[in-house]
Amino acid sequence: MDLSLTEEQALIQDTARRFAESELAPQAEALDQTKDREIIKSHCKQLAELGFMGLNVSGEYGGTEAGPVAFSLAITELAKACASTAVTVSVTNMVAEVIQAMGTAEQKSNYLPRLCDGTWLAGSFCLTEAGAGSDPSSMRAQARKEDGAWVIDGVKQWITSAEFAGVFVVWAVTDKSAPKGKGITCFLVDAGNPGVTVNKAEKKMGQHGSATNEVVFDGCRVSDSAILGELNQGFKLAVTELAGGRIGIGSLALGVGQAAMSYAMDYVRERKQFGKPIADFQGLQWMIADRMTELEAARLLLMNAAYKKEQGQPYATEASMAKLFASEKANQACYTALQLLGGYGYMQEYPLERYSRDVRITSIYEGTSEIQRVIIAKNLLSDLGR
Amino acid sequence: MKVLVAVKRVVDYNVKIRVKSDESGVDLANVKMAMNPFCEIAVEEAVRLKESGAADEIVVVSMGPKACQEQIRTAMALGADRGIQIETDEDLESLAVAKLLAKVVEEEQPGLVILGKQSIDSDNNQTGQMLGAITGMPQGTFASEVNLGEGIVDVTREVDGGLQTLSLKMPAIVTTDLRLNEPRYASLPNIMKAKRKPLDVKTPADYGVDVTPRLKTLKVEAPAQREAGILVSSVDELVEKLKNEAKVI
Ligand SMILES: Cc1cc2nc3c(=O)[nH]c(=O)nc-3n(C[C@H](O)[C@H](O)[C@H](O)COP(=O)(O)OP(=O)(O)OC[C@H]3O[C@@H](n4cnc5c(N)ncnc54)[C@H](O)[C@@H]3O)c2cc1C
Repeated sequence: MDLSLTEEQALIQDTARRFAESELAPQAEALDQTKDREIIKSHCKQLAELGFMGLNVSGEYGGTEAGPVAFSLAITELAKACASTAVTVSVTNMVAEVIQAMGTAEQKSNYLPRLCDGTWLAGSFCLTEAGAGSDPSSMRAQARKEDGAWVIDGVKQWITSAEFAGVFVVWAVTDKSAPKGKGITCFLVDAGNPGVTVNKAEKKMGQHGSATNEVVFDGCRVSDSAILGELNQGFKLAVTELAGGRIGIGSLALGVGQAAMSYAMDYVRERKQFGKPIADFQGLQWMIADRMTELEAARLLLMNAAYKKEQGQPYATEASMAKLFASEKANQACYTALQLLGGYGYMQEYPLERYSRDVRITSIYEGTSEIQRVIIAKNLLSDLGR
Repeated sequence: MKVLVAVKRVVDYNVKIRVKSDESGVDLANVKMAMNPFCEIAVEEAVRLKESGAADEIVVVSMGPKACQEQIRTAMALGADRGIQIETDEDLESLAVAKLLAKVVEEEQPGLVILGKQSIDSDNNQTGQMLGAITGMPQGTFASEVNLGEGIVDVTREVDGGLQTLSLKMPAIVTTDLRLNEPRYASLPNIMKAKRKPLDVKTPADYGVDVTPRLKTLKVEAPAQREAGILVSSVDELVEKLKNEAKVI
């Protein structure tokens, strides 16, 4: 058994770390405060040019072909500096991966190069609706056949990167009479399609730099060639292919948690109360030991899930475990780290309040912690023949 | 034209280093290592020469334990074409490095050898100069600008009084200063491709060079801790203390 990284993985991690420290970190606070999309857009462009948008995409289509482990490492490093950028990169990578996994040769050569090289700054998933969150199969959006074309109507909400995405992966009901989840199809829709409207950005608690918008499909016409995967099989695709995204979000959470703890650990060695550095108090030492142990366990869960995926083994259960644990423990790590800074942690002058707001969503999007537990238990019990 | 670039594995510049408790040196256990920043600038300059068409091959060389292959790979990911590692666990002194480099120069016949002006671990600032002395090649140290001409290279140097420009006959040696260029990030596809570039592993014995250290380190100490400052209540008190306590005025 060997838990060490390959030379390439270590170099990719290093490049991600350096880019995050030199390019993202100096602007992360401004991006959070001003929500100036030009900042994140220019970072996305640079990241694409360096090969961060198609980490697990074949070189034939302009990808890096570095694999899921490198993907996880890169997202963690980017998230240490800027969670908003990290989620944009993670989602765009998953859009590219889904197209690579399920797309026709034509779809792949049409979409992947532009996602990988930064011609498009991002790609988006349109699954969630106002009435369909944890239970996406209850979606209302529908696509009907009209004069040989598909016409999509529906409203998707909270779509990451929608403002500047070049392509949307959209789920819509194509067979209303089919049992739940069996009549949904997945479509690839260009952002320029006249039937697509991206509404204004949501106001959020955190991750202010990333765009989160409502996307309206109104008489949006696409041809048969826009179908990703098979007709009426779209929901299965959402369930199976999106497991990789959970590795991304878990890795993002880990990065934010690690950044918070590392800031707090530097702080407690400097801050003096009662005549000594507060790091000398055992009560605080135990807090640090617990959180750091949890983050290390989260890291190993993520590496394990990514490694299984890289080896072509089933990894959905492991990805859910890793996402559940990493996002919950990263939330605790940010809470503890802020506590270690006392009142200073609550001030915007220090990054802890931003980390705490940014990390909160990680236990909610791409499947809440509760839904991860539902998936884990269902998979484990069905393995036992239940 | 072929460019030879020497790179060194050193403690990452972000790391707060610690002296070993027995004062025998700096503690390297579990410390993040990286390419010496001045060597990165050297690699970048070579890559720019190649991109401009002035150079057609970049050979990168590093000496040390197997781990320094990481830095060779990094250089390859940045654009070097092939690598040479001279493997040894000996603590290499500048002179040994210069002697080995002289042998590599003899073998490779580069038009230009680019090195960092110094490495941030021991800050010796002498390998490039020693290589010049051994090989007889002209040297332009502390370069802030490098321009290639017909068989010559113009090197602008950062010297105490300002800038000095030398015209060197090639083959020549250039050592890089901080302002020569801003190194790029390695692109990830190039990192993946670096694995397929050739890397030769040699030993000092292959070159017939004796690398046994000639110097003995007696003791390595951390700089004295800075004492906490005090607040003075008036300018008069400040002047009084500067005069009588600090004795600086
Ligand atoms: C910033 C942000 C970005 C997002 N980006 C995207 C995107 O790009 N694309 C996209 O399609 N969606 C996106 N989403 C949507 C996100 O994936 C959903 O919010 C999430 O899946 C939860 O759905 P919901 O908010 O409707 O909560 P609900 O489903 O209403 O859940 C409410 C609560 O009930 C719990 N719950 C629900 N069902 C069960 C159950 N069976 N057992 C136990 N507990 C249960 C949940 O865990 C939660 O605590 C984003 C959301 C946010 C906030």
